[in-house]
Amino acid sequence: MQGYIVRRLFQGVVLLVIVTTIVFAVGRLTGNPVDLLLPEEASEEERQAMIEALGLDGPVLEQFVVFIKGAVQGDLGVSIRYRQPAVDVFFSRLPNTLLLMPAAMLLAVFMAIPLGILSALRRGRLTDKVSGTIAVLGIATPNFWLGILLIYIFSVQLGWLPSSRMGDWSHYVLPTITLGTFLVAGFMRLIRSSMLDVLDSEFVKLARIKGLSEMRVVWKHCLRNALIPVLTLWGVFMGGLVTGTIVTETVYAWPGVGRLTYEAVIFRDYPLLQAVVIMDAVLILAINLVVDILYAYVDPRIRFT
Amino acid sequence: MFIIGGMIFAAVFAPYLTPYSPIDQTLPDKLLPPFWEAKGSMKYILGTDIFGRDVLTRLLYGARVSLIVTGLSLLFGGGVGLLIGITSGYIGGRLDSLLMRLVDAAFTFPAILFALLLAVTMGQGLDTLVIAIGLLLWAGFARIIRGEVLALKQRDFVALAKVHGCSELRIMVTHILPNVMNTFMVLVTLNVGAVIVAEASLSFLGAGIPPPTPSWGLMVAEGRGKISSAWWLSLLPGIAITLVVLTFNLFGDWLRDRLDPKLRQL
Amino acid sequence: MNGDIALEVRDLHTHFFLRRGVVKAVDGVSFSLHRGEVLGLVGESGCGKSVTALSLLRLLPNEAARTVQGQVLLDGEDLLVKSKRQMRQIRGRKISMILQDPQTSLNPLFTIGNQLSEVISKIGAERGGGVMQQAIEVLRKVKLSAPEQRVRQYPHELSGGMKQRVVGAIAMNRGPRVLIADEPTTALDVTIQLQYLNLLKELQENTDMAILFITHDFGVVARMCDRVAVMYAGRIVETGPVREVFNNPSHPYTQALIASVPKLKRPEARLHTIEGQPPVLTDLPKGCRFEARCPHAEARCRAAYPDSFTVGAEHAANCWRLDPA
Repeated sequence: MQGYIVRRLFQGVVLLVIVTTIVFAVGRLTGNPVDLLLPEEASEEERQAMIEALGLDGPVLEQFVVFIKGAVQGDLGVSIRYRQPAVDVFFSRLPNTLLLMPAAMLLAVFMAIPLGILSALRRGRLTDKVSGTIAVLGIATPNFWLGILLIYIFSVQLGWLPSSRMGDWSHYVLPTITLGTFLVAGFMRLIRSSMLDVLDSEFVKLARIKGLSEMRVVWKHCLRNALIPVLTLWGVFMGGLVTGTIVTETVYAWPGVGRLTYEAVIFRDYPLLQAVVIMDAVLILAINLVVDILYAYVDPRIRFT
Repeated sequence: MFIIGGMIFAAVFAPYLTPYSPIDQTLPDKLLPPFWEAKGSMKYILGTDIFGRDVLTRLLYGARVSLIVTGLSLLFGGGVGLLIGITSGYIGGRLDSLLMRLVDAAFTFPAILFALLLAVTMGQGLDTLVIAIGLLLWAGFARIIRGEVLALKQRDFVALAKVHGCSELRIMVTHILPNVMNTFMVLVTLNVGAVIVAEASLSFLGAGIPPPTPSWGLMVAEGRGKISSAWWLSLLPGIAITLVVLTFNLFGDWLRDRLDPKLRQL
Repeated sequence: MNGDIALEVRDLHTHFFLRRGVVKAVDGVSFSLHRGEVLGLVGESGCGKSVTALSLLRLLPNEAARTVQGQVLLDGEDLLVKSKRQMRQIRGRKISMILQDPQTSLNPLFTIGNQLSEVISKIGAERGGGVMQQAIEVLRKVKLSAPEQRVRQYPHELSGGMKQRVVGAIAMNRGPRVLIADEPTTALDVTIQLQYLNLLKELQENTDMAILFITHDFGVVARMCDRVAVMYAGRIVETGPVREVFNNPSHPYTQALIASVPKLKRPEARLHTIEGQPPVLTDLPKGCRFEARCPHAEARCRAAYPDSFTVGAEHAANCWRLDPA
């Protein structure tokens, strides 16, 4: 178990190094990072100071060392727009995103598990067909457009729900649905297909031979097995979720990390964007580690290897 | 099928299908609704935007942009994935495990962030967009192609080629490559939808093809501010995206089931 | 005689309704199983043995499969007319089954003890010092080494033979009247096979449990069974006491099967193989189903399915050549 976690952590660190290296490389791509890192109206002295601080007149390897040193100490440059350390800006927005993401995940879990199970049990019947169609639609609808559509229906036409910014619970409804839809659709399809495999397995047959009730067969013997592929593919969904927050928070003017990413792009605030990318990687790794531990808890075969 | 054909037709013949220009502004005619609304007219079937440009025209030209971007990035990302998948699977060993680590990493980290990063450093444009979306694709291609190659490697005809003294490179090109083309084509079709969404998302976030060139994602973004007064500006291009993506996804599923049922699990 | 019968199957038909046609996997199977008896059901793969077994338990794999006709009388009660709820009460308690592959028969995510606990009654647990204590006892009965540790282990930590003992323990713990063993040793190593068969025999001898032993291996039949029923293309073609059938196989298919078993006494003799393929189950011939592969086929074999003819005491076979007329 410990070996497993250590291995996972190590893989995470490797990923972080890769991400940081790429960010560094992309920053040097245009040849002159100073233009990216400083506001356009910066004075010549400021430029000179930056060149010295980052060792930009030295060899690339040296620059990389300076960059990594800074990154490790939590220094990823100063945001051009906010005029404060980019990492600080990131952390000031993070809590808002951490309210939205779990809401979407909960929605996904509570919708996808029952629907996935139900469509597997009623394979080929109406329930299966309806939820299958919803899943296909959910995957095909880009969520920025879904967000705008929901705003149009529920805010503009019906006037039931607020269309932007944070506030009481009603502000959470539309962003959560927007962000959660693709998760619901993806999970549902995955759970349905793995559930079908599990229902066909020999140990489910044995459970039935034991004379167990159908409830017990489904909830005890099938569900945990059917959830394993979801946990295995979690990393992929996590990436989609982060992408989803960028778009969703932009649509709903939600002051979180995703919206910050958008602002960094729009205002060409490179130091902020680079900080967001690296910190997002850290965030993803942290969440994935939690999921990995959960995975080991669910599947004993992992725990002992 | 009809929708795919329609989209390609629209993209190719856009200039002949509409009397308007997608870029030139006609300010007196701004913000007209589609024909079925009270103030709409058949002059602008799907209405006009804030600069008085015909929405239908822009949709048709947008299809063109979408198709070009999709085609190029699939060619680029898929090609890179194909190359890496074959090399990794065929050569194996250290190189294989290194490349697969990289693939795992690419899977965990959302490529869209790199795409945004590129857009800021390199500036917006077709090249940036294609590279960015290519980054999104290569890992998925590489992983599956590698799996195929591993299976192919065990087959007799590869052993036979070795006995005949073919060079490794020759085996890869003449024996392995043709045999993974089926899978490659299925992967391409399965990914069209994802690429269109990615292109639209990037355009929406201001990191796609720069305005005023029409792109569906950009049109949705531009119309967003006018959602309460001019719904058609962002809802119509969105419908176009969803419809096209849906069709390509269904087509991809169908093709996969026909050509390569093993890929079912994806 | 009648009170002696644990399970009687009458004219069982189970069909698969597929798009390409109706597959008659089980097409009129009848047999009876006496108390304390081991009946071997023999036949090549795909002849309907396993489908017969699953039909008895009413655990057919999917909706396309349905038992369309027949009776399954367990202690005189027809299982095919029971409600789902009643059936659950019967499964595991009165009729139970050991599956073929021990590697996949146990749920990988739960401990052995946990999976055993599902077949230990509350009363039994109270008397036996708690569920886990009871589970250990159960494992001891199937002679699993170190049962105290096993209950806390997961399936992947056990070998195939050990797992199959656990499956056996699960199937037999509630003392069912009838146990169906569907090729329980096919997936095991040869040395372990013998141990397992001996264990099964031993456990059975202490009770009056009847076993329906499904196999394709006549050697195993000779070791395990009292009587044997030979199945071909969805029907039973010959039944009789094992010794009788071995000494006087009367259906050409049985003869061919026995001839294909290697014998130690005559190592020089060539092993027989049966030419051809069994008929397609969607498109069965009107006459004898073995006719196309039979060395003795005649015109009447093609015309009508042969009746059952008595060959000896309790020994009968469906072949026109046995027609005394």
